[in-house]
Amino acid sequence: MKSGLIPAGCLLAAIGAVSPVTAADLTLSCGAVGAELQLCQAGVKRWEAQTGHSVEVVSTPNSATERLSLYQQILNARSSDIDVFQIDVVWPGMLAPHLIDLNEHLPDGATDDFFEAIVDNNTVDGRLVAMPWFTDAGVLYYRSDLLDKYDLEVPTTWEGLTEAAQTVQAGEREAGRSDFWGYVFQGRAYEGLTVNALEWIASYPDGGTIVDDDGDITVNNAQAVEALSLAAGWIDNISPRGVLNYTEEEARGVFQSGNALFMRNWPYAWDLVQSEQSGIRDRVEVAPLPAGGEDGQSAGVLGGWNLAVSRYSDHPDMAADLVAFLTSFDEQKRRAIEGSYNPTLPALYQDDEVLAAVPFFGTLYDTFTSAVPRPAAVTGDNYPRVSNAFFNTVHEVLSGNVSAEQGLEQLDRELSRLKRRRW
Amino acid sequence: MATDEQGIAQARHEASSDDTPPRGRGTRVRRQRVRAAWLFLAPMLIVLTAVAGWPLVRTFWFSLTDASLSSLDGAQFIGFDNYLVFDDGWYGILADPLWWQSVWNTLYFTLVSVSLEAVLGVIVALVLNAHFRGRTLVRAAMLIPWAIPTVVSAKIWAWMLNDQFGIINHLLLTIGLIDAPLSWTADASLSMWAVIMVDVWKATPFVALLVLAALQMLPNDCYEAAKVDGIHPAKVFFRVTLPLITPALLVAVIFRALDALRVFDVIYVLTSNAASTMTMSIYARQQLVEFQDVGYGSAASTLLFMIIALVTVIYLYLGRRQLGGEQ
Repeated sequence: MKSGLIPAGCLLAAIGAVSPVTAADLTLSCGAVGAELQLCQAGVKRWEAQTGHSVEVVSTPNSATERLSLYQQILNARSSDIDVFQIDVVWPGMLAPHLIDLNEHLPDGATDDFFEAIVDNNTVDGRLVAMPWFTDAGVLYYRSDLLDKYDLEVPTTWEGLTEAAQTVQAGEREAGRSDFWGYVFQGRAYEGLTVNALEWIASYPDGGTIVDDDGDITVNNAQAVEALSLAAGWIDNISPRGVLNYTEEEARGVFQSGNALFMRNWPYAWDLVQSEQSGIRDRVEVAPLPAGGEDGQSAGVLGGWNLAVSRYSDHPDMAADLVAFLTSFDEQKRRAIEGSYNPTLPALYQDDEVLAAVPFFGTLYDTFTSAVPRPAAVTGDNYPRVSNAFFNTVHEVLSGNVSAEQGLEQLDRELSRLKRRRW
Repeated sequence: MATDEQGIAQARHEASSDDTPPRGRGTRVRRQRVRAAWLFLAPMLIVLTAVAGWPLVRTFWFSLTDASLSSLDGAQFIGFDNYLVFDDGWYGILADPLWWQSVWNTLYFTLVSVSLEAVLGVIVALVLNAHFRGRTLVRAAMLIPWAIPTVVSAKIWAWMLNDQFGIINHLLLTIGLIDAPLSWTADASLSMWAVIMVDVWKATPFVALLVLAALQMLPNDCYEAAKVDGIHPAKVFFRVTLPLITPALLVAVIFRALDALRVFDVIYVLTSNAASTMTMSIYARQQLVEFQDVGYGSAASTLLFMIIALVTVIYLYLGRRQLGGEQ
């Protein structure tokens, strides 16, 4: 009973935190990963100057899992405290009942210039519930100076990455840098680990999946066993055990302070590792994630965030106008240049100023357009459970508590149990 | 004792006089007393029913349905399916290994952290009970961990325990106790101890405060007598001080035990949903909030309530002597 009160307490705290101090016309929730919040506020300022309305910007938890819980509580309470939500690419299906159809509030053809795949993803039963703001796919950051120093090529397979990481880590440690590691990624038991692990699995020949497009459970496959066994071998070898509690920002902390050779992260980190304060400025480059073996293929999981308007908003038209402004060509260009956020407009990937600021937008264009989706559409409301079961299993395997075979067998049973609830 | 027996005798006398028509003065007085007692109890009972009984009953009712957070109204009655159901294998909470791990984690956390807090709390209280300069200042300082909101202190500890930048690893490395940084909150074998350590740090002042209050009420003559007889201080502690402060200590321990059994914040901030430190509260929250499954989550909350009630009953039964029950 007591625990039933805790969510209520969190909810009150959350509502208390987001209640505007001064009466603003709109409230917008933004992520606060890296420089995200500052960029968001700058964009909002421009809209305010243009329209004369005022907007309250609230920051949300960095962990996507926690952010979703917060949103669901606010939306289920039918609260009008937040008008515009920044939502993950896997959430439109789940949150659709609480969001307005933007088609009714935006001019015709508002989505014409955007990536079609993302617009489709955000269209639920013919209703456009969110506008694509920025897209994402996992990429590999590497220290070009160190690869040169040890005369190594950029690895194209996970096996190659493991080897290169071992070589450089051993060399750097001999040179007295005892806290140097080969590879950091997102290993905490949260949505980010689902993304990381799906990237490993999907990169093996024929691409392993968790649940296929027909809704069949496919996770107990040979590719997954191979991928997870290899990854489990990284812990304490080329990755610190602490990686099991890292999210994006913890991984960036290690990499940006110069203590890691490779990092898996989203494109947002580019602007930060290349910033003036960064200790590794101009010694970093970005490549597609490695493939699983010689016959495999690189697989970055599709991420990205969209802007949606709450059904409980008091000013849906004004909110839709803010969404249209923030996702416009100019605003996306500014965000791409200043924060290396991937635009959702194909045209911007040919823009000279954007490419000068973030060269890999050009070279990795295919990675972004052919990113691997998570099984959110097919599992629907059950996606959080599926993802949770998956990342917990992967976490157990990485921790060394179970072998990859055992873990995936258990996961297969667990998912069958979930599937009884139909997805 | 003597007055008790007199009371009982009187009550028997009154009971026997009930056989005669209800004219006796004692009967009427007694009835009035009973009526007055109910009258005085009524506000508390009404409030308790409203704030504790109603949510409890409602949670239990939800646990028998398939309600989800987004559609509470559309809930269907499904009996005890959330608890246990056979359908090509056992399903439900009672068949979920993660639930049983959460139960075990919670009991383990409670036993270890409360024991440590009790022992350390008594030691701290004894120190603070001694006369020394600046005692008031130290007493105030001791309360700081208890005064900081748990989420804040847990976040502070999360940074101190960080595997790469944390000060704890830095200190341990500098004095040579470890030769590689430990990942306190990520390593399954360490994370339980990390959260226990933070909880002990936080809650020891609470136990110390209650024990200190008891210590200050102790009669001086026992100690003077012990001094005259030349008894060893350790023996004085175990034979005089400890028995006298036991009632206060038991109250402190039950408060702490109840808190620890439904622990949520400190663990959620430090290790999130990790299975190695998942407690019953974290399990219930995950079902309720993250998975939106009010039915299943309520079933977990109901079980959590029953387990806490059971532990409390056992504890009160075992401690009934010191807690002022039967003599």
